[in-house]
Amino acid sequence: MQRVVLILSAVLVLFGLSGTLSTVDAQPEDILQAPSSLEEIVQSLATARRNEIPALVENIAELEDLRRRAFLESMLEGQIYFTREEQRVVRAVRIEDQFQISDSLTGEELGLVGTRAVGRVSVNNSLRRNLRLLIAGIDLEDEEPGIRLSAVEYLVSQAATESRELLLQLRSVESDDSVSLAIEEGLALVDLSSEDPLLRSAALDQLSGNLNNTIRNAIRQVAEGDPDPDVQAKAEDALSSIQNKVELYGYVQTLFFGLSLGSVLLLAAIGLAITFGVMGVINLAHGELIMLGAYTTYVVQQTFPNSIEVSLLIAVPAAFIVSGLFGIAIERGIIRFLYGRPLETLLATFGISLILQQLVRTVFSPQNRPVSNPDWMSGQWQLNEVLAFNYNRLYILIFCIIVFALLSLLLKKTRLGIEVRAVAQNRAMAKAIGVRSGWVDALTFGLGSGLAGIAGVALSQLTNVGPNLGQAYIVDSFMVVVFGGVGNLWGTFYGSFILGITNKIMEPWAGAVIAKILILVFIILFIQKQPKGLFPQKGRGMEE
Amino acid sequence: MSRFSKMFEGWRGERQWSAFSPEINSREFIDLSHGTLLYLENITVSFDGFKALDKLDLYIDKGELRCIIGANGAGKTTMMDVVTGKLRPDSGTAFLGQTVNLLNMSESEISEVGIGRKFQKPTVLENFSVFDNLELSLHADRSVKAALFARLTGEQRDRIEEVLEIIGLKTERERIAGNLSHGQKQWLEIGILLIQDPYLLLVDEPVAGMTVQETERTAELLTSLAGERSVVVVEHDMEFVRSIANIVTVLHQGSVLAEGTMNEIQEDPKVKEVYLGSTESSS
Amino acid sequence: MQSKSFIIETLQGDTGGRILIAVLLASCLIFPVFNLFVPESSVFHISTYLVTLFGKYLCFALLALALDLAWGYCGILSLGHGAFFALGGYGMGMYLMRQIGDRGVYGDPLLPDFMVFLNWTELPWYWNGFNNFGFAMLMAAFVPGLLAFVFGWLAFRSRVTGVYLSIILQALTYALMLAFFRNEMGFGGNNGLTDFKDIVGFNLQSDVTRAVLFVITGLILIFVYLFCRHIVKSKFGRVVVSIRDAESRMRFIGYKVENYKTSVFVLSALIAGIAGALYVPFVGIINPGEFAPLNSIEIVIWVAIGGRSTLYGAVLGAILVNYAKTRFTAVLPEVWLFALGGLFIFVTLFLPKGLVGFFSDVKEKMRKKA
Repeated sequence: MQRVVLILSAVLVLFGLSGTLSTVDAQPEDILQAPSSLEEIVQSLATARRNEIPALVENIAELEDLRRRAFLESMLEGQIYFTREEQRVVRAVRIEDQFQISDSLTGEELGLVGTRAVGRVSVNNSLRRNLRLLIAGIDLEDEEPGIRLSAVEYLVSQAATESRELLLQLRSVESDDSVSLAIEEGLALVDLSSEDPLLRSAALDQLSGNLNNTIRNAIRQVAEGDPDPDVQAKAEDALSSIQNKVELYGYVQTLFFGLSLGSVLLLAAIGLAITFGVMGVINLAHGELIMLGAYTTYVVQQTFPNSIEVSLLIAVPAAFIVSGLFGIAIERGIIRFLYGRPLETLLATFGISLILQQLVRTVFSPQNRPVSNPDWMSGQWQLNEVLAFNYNRLYILIFCIIVFALLSLLLKKTRLGIEVRAVAQNRAMAKAIGVRSGWVDALTFGLGSGLAGIAGVALSQLTNVGPNLGQAYIVDSFMVVVFGGVGNLWGTFYGSFILGITNKIMEPWAGAVIAKILILVFIILFIQKQPKGLFPQKGRGMEE
Repeated sequence: MSRFSKMFEGWRGERQWSAFSPEINSREFIDLSHGTLLYLENITVSFDGFKALDKLDLYIDKGELRCIIGANGAGKTTMMDVVTGKLRPDSGTAFLGQTVNLLNMSESEISEVGIGRKFQKPTVLENFSVFDNLELSLHADRSVKAALFARLTGEQRDRIEEVLEIIGLKTERERIAGNLSHGQKQWLEIGILLIQDPYLLLVDEPVAGMTVQETERTAELLTSLAGERSVVVVEHDMEFVRSIANIVTVLHQGSVLAEGTMNEIQEDPKVKEVYLGSTESSS
Repeated sequence: MQSKSFIIETLQGDTGGRILIAVLLASCLIFPVFNLFVPESSVFHISTYLVTLFGKYLCFALLALALDLAWGYCGILSLGHGAFFALGGYGMGMYLMRQIGDRGVYGDPLLPDFMVFLNWTELPWYWNGFNNFGFAMLMAAFVPGLLAFVFGWLAFRSRVTGVYLSIILQALTYALMLAFFRNEMGFGGNNGLTDFKDIVGFNLQSDVTRAVLFVITGLILIFVYLFCRHIVKSKFGRVVVSIRDAESRMRFIGYKVENYKTSVFVLSALIAGIAGALYVPFVGIINPGEFAPLNSIEIVIWVAIGGRSTLYGAVLGAILVNYAKTRFTAVLPEVWLFALGGLFIFVTLFLPKGLVGFFSDVKEKMRKKA
């Protein structure tokens, strides 16, 4: 417990919280009647005068009662009230015109009371600062290194000069590596503003390349106005090395966003690469098949509201089947009568897309439907101060690559895949050697459509699920397939990622809309130069 | 003259945008002083590693009727694609006469300069009458402006009649081309080439699917055309080739395997080995 | 005298065209007369609403004619004609905007309201000259034509054809839509151009102006129809049809296919631009929604339903489909998309030659039976 005392007292002294303050050894007569338990001090808040409150708060912090932190937090949030009748200190949360009150320490519910029945224990700004420091001080004791770490970071960010002593003391007792590192950084940060140029210089050595925003600002200050030219030059170097690093991570972040966009494009386009690329069918309803996949996710989540965490695992096969069956129905019902008439196919499938859009409007609603992210898809993976990967984007990227790999495998290794490619290359010949081309067509189209459904599941985690979801992706998907080269899955693969990354690289300086326009213009020009896309299929009579 | 046109060729090679260039009738620049009309030298075309043409050398003389034979995939159609500008070879040179570099020109320019091509599958303008087919193919100004205000002159009308006579479709003149028989379509297509007054006619499988009489008629037609112009015929039908050709070229795996009269070819041990042997077994 | 014989010659063998022109001429007479001179109480009165509505349909018919020229005769299935139409509309919109003068909400004599709202202090250079009606109309046709020329020249030269071309054109109109949504473009952003007051000095809201606009639109439609008919009958037209049917044959005959295609495409875009310019005074607004990819595809269905490569079929299709749309959206708005979607499928599967083709087939059968 020695450590507790040491640190807490250091906090209080260094930050000049109160002259009346004491450690455990301090004489008790200073404060009221030397209350011994948390309950008593808390209760005394109800009757305390405004200027007595800071001292009481400090007393609370010194107690070794685990409940004190929660109490101080509530106080910081302005939730500590006292009832006017009983003069009891309570925690109160306003609900419309009433207060929901509960015991300030045990949390026991005490019911609803009118606004007039309670009075607030007043907290002003300087007290708020103290409260934060005290909470940080308590956190410095915590078993959990992460909590200690954020407490250190908070202290460092608060008041650099005063912290030095405290940090030195902390360093002597801290065992956790990352906390120690934070303390070291804090010390260096404090040293940056010391009188001694040597100390400042040493601090710069240590902080060079650090990405923390506070540290970066501190170094910038040194670089802009240090009296010692050597130190200033050093600070400039340190700053530029930090900026280089930030820039580098910025590129990595952009690359990640680009890859993420590419993965979305790939998912959206891969089904099209099958139906358009392999079968030569222009399916303008492809976007709506994606939309159906997204709505399937919604339905799955509505059907099993208690298993959101696994909903996606159910939704992926479900969406594949739903969109796939729709696809097969479209192929058997309409498209098979239109083979060899691409422009007519285009018109008919456009009609289908209109019908499907109106269908979900009628069945569900014209409004967007809420699809929730499971917990494991939310949040982000923070690699450092300036670099973070969103879990949903990361998982979708991985998912997309898995889907692509499985599809390539399917087309390469399975009987269906071989038949699909045979029909694509020479329908008449494939028929002659016994491939049931009608059946293969239906399955291929079903496969492409099912992939669209899977894309819909992924998209439901990124964007709004509404009747127009598909339209937003159809032009992009076609662009990807055309850009990559029709009939070539790898073309689609590279095409998606190239377009995704280019788009994200351009976005910061061109803006999202202009970037999109530029990409479209780029593809239009590219197609002029290379009408068969990135990976053209070459061979005799490819044109006819 | 020749030097000037060479300079011209270089300039043509540089430019990419043909729409703005002045219309050039390059026929004026053709130099046939050496008696050879078409020079193909060292032409290589590869599709994803497969060499459709492999260092092909081929020369066609003025007024010659040449037959080219070869198994499927020997490179016959690819060779025609190169000559007519449909395909750019990876390497090699192709000249019409001494001076006209075919590799710098588009299909329509090559056609303008005097190379006509008949496709394997007869391709005529199905929605128009036989007469219209020939009218649209007349050697005349091909520009948009000319087409907008074109009126047929008496001279042109006579020329059309003349060609109708040659291809034997005089009585069919008002019939819609789509309704002609297979053989008639083939002849009409030859007529379409003929009316452009080409130096060189490339004819891909002219007698495929024809009756015996039609085949004979076609043989007569083609031999009558040679002399005035050069004719290159690609054909599988050996009887037909024997009936019309003086010189036969055998292509094999993208290059010339043998060249000579039909008899010489048949005696050639290389040809026997790779071609005639395989035809017997495959057909 | 000469023009009369020209018309007769042009319409030779074109029964549909003759009927169409007769009907259009009659409408140009009936609509204004029954609107302006028959009292409202009479059953024969044609309301200004109907005049406006059918005026709009005539613009759509003109647009359909433009597409039929490109698609029906040259095989260029443009899924971007909505863009040319909208550009023409913006040309007219800019003129009408400048005509407002200081009568706008902010009363700025030079700047349109939306520019004042954006705190712009001067007119962007490309708005200069649009106060002149002649110049504005020239631009309304010229800009779409120029876009079509640049695009077509690039595309046709590289042999971008068929479905590829359709999709790229769809992307083009999509890109333009995104661009016009931006305030920075200087075309009123999201809201577009509206609140027009008058056109060459006549109040846009007045019945007489509407009636006159109707007649002008009808006459332009007739003129463009005759022009297109003349074009497709010329050698140029036959070359173009041959290019549609046997492109490489034409190439090997020596025609520069790309020049012909570009010419047709540009011509078609010019007509579409004119249609857009005529459309704006009727509806009183032009906004980026006109660039929506769906609009361009709808034009295709008008032509497909009417019957392509007949010219008059396109006009018929445009008017019929739009009339159906007006009816449907008034009575059963949700059903319209189902109906439109169903139409697409029905026409492609069962009426590949459109209504015109269907009726001529029926007539043919009847004739054979008799």
